[in-house]
Amino acid sequence: MSELRLPAPRDIATLALLAEEIDILIVGRRMRAWIGLATILVLLLGWYLTTDVGGLIDRQRFPSPSDIVTAASQIVRQGYAGGTLLTQALYSLRLVVLGFLVAALSGVPLGIMMGLSRRFEAFVNPAFLLVRPIPPLAWIPLAIVWLGLADGAKVLVIWFAAFVPAVINSQAGIRSVDETLIAAGRVHGASRARIICDVLIPGAMPMIFTGLRLSLQASWTTLVAAELVGAVFGLGKVLSTAYRDIYPAMIAVGMITVAILGALTTKALETIERRVIRWRGH
Amino acid sequence: MARPLSHARPSRSEHALLSLGGATVFLGVWQGLAASGLVSKFVLPAPSEVVTAGLTMAVEPFAGDTLEGHMIASLGRWAMGFGLAAGIGVPLGLAMGYWRLLDAMVSPIFEAYRYIAPLAWVPFAALWFGTGIGGPVMVIFTGAFAPCLLNAYRGAQLVEPYLIEAARTLGASSLRVMAEVLLPGALPSVVAGLRLGAGLGWQSLIGAELIVVSSGIGYVLVQGQSNLAPEIVMAAMLAVGLTGLLLDVALQFAESRIKQRWGYPP
Repeated sequence: MSELRLPAPRDIATLALLAEEIDILIVGRRMRAWIGLATILVLLLGWYLTTDVGGLIDRQRFPSPSDIVTAASQIVRQGYAGGTLLTQALYSLRLVVLGFLVAALSGVPLGIMMGLSRRFEAFVNPAFLLVRPIPPLAWIPLAIVWLGLADGAKVLVIWFAAFVPAVINSQAGIRSVDETLIAAGRVHGASRARIICDVLIPGAMPMIFTGLRLSLQASWTTLVAAELVGAVFGLGKVLSTAYRDIYPAMIAVGMITVAILGALTTKALETIERRVIRWRGH
Repeated sequence: MARPLSHARPSRSEHALLSLGGATVFLGVWQGLAASGLVSKFVLPAPSEVVTAGLTMAVEPFAGDTLEGHMIASLGRWAMGFGLAAGIGVPLGLAMGYWRLLDAMVSPIFEAYRYIAPLAWVPFAALWFGTGIGGPVMVIFTGAFAPCLLNAYRGAQLVEPYLIEAARTLGASSLRVMAEVLLPGALPSVVAGLRLGAGLGWQSLIGAELIVVSSGIGYVLVQGQSNLAPEIVMAAMLAVGLTGLLLDVALQFAESRIKQRWGYPP
């Protein structure tokens, strides 16, 4: 093996062999985390050196770390595009939560009913099949025609976006419940209502939450798009204003804020999920 | 009702009748609401008006081109963005499944990237690559990239290690192992990821076109909106949905053919 490694041309194959040798060293999770951290630090350092120090990259197009810090402190202290970061973020967050709740409260029951009754499913499906393939973002212009740039239009669009995954997964969740469990409930004399409440719906919960996670993601994407198309306040407004002002650092601040809020709401939903599905034991 | 709930399957004719009834009620209520004059024509056009608007746009140019012309422009952008996402995402995902070092390096960055909504890239995409072709292609790429990479990565991890060991023992290079062991082994997962990515890319395309572009089907939506012509908006929405559906059916077909060819159950 050793003579194979010695004199080789500097090409992909050598790099591959080199990578493999280091690869053998990576055993534990801790090592993995260190390498991840190191990579990020190297990238950040490279970014800092090429922008702030070296000036190799045009800062009109790609912001430097110091630009982002300046932009962040500007929007936090003085505000940008009509409000401070906190007001803009809360404004967007409120709309997402509202739209998501409306979608969850309408989509999950509809999906459960479609899962419970194949007759109901057959009745609703034609309308649902017509609506389902339309990308959520394509509703934005219609929502603007109907409700203008007001909050209602955003909530409507988020509702449409988050509705479909909630319905599909709730329905699939009910259908995926083990038939033996239902039969066991029946044998023990449980009523139809009790089987629905105690067997089918709890059994569908993991899938319902999978659907809700997808719904939440769709909510954020849609809100950002809707606010980019037209808004008075919100993080999308920050993004579009920063684009018009050619202020890349502020674009980055807006994106980072959206990502953080998306991560936080996902974590919140996961916490709720763990509470609800405590019986599953994780 | 002696049978368990989820067994309560209606007969085929009953199912058809119920579906037909559902469609009739849906379209009937819609048409009735529009015809009754309770709702303004500028809010809810009748289904017939939507169909007429769609057919008219297919013949007479609207917003600079016919409906097909706009659709072809959109599909071209989509194909470029999706091709780029697949061309980078799948090899990178396989490589991450193969080299733990690369995995440890790329994973944290990828995790952070996944939290950014694809549409939030629109301002940067427009700033870096312009609003013609480059910007929208980048937005489509950011939408389609994650599932392409993730599914290739997960698929590669599912490949039996002894297959990789066997290939290596017989002297296969890393690149060959990836192309001839990992890729076929991960194929079902890879293809599923491509299908997901194609769908997400198509959705992102609509977003990109709504915001920055002046051709394509998204632009028809915007123009319909600013002309206060909801029938045009709705016709374009249906066209978008239909095209997305056709893309998915085509990919589904490709998926089963590819799996068949490599000896997987369809």
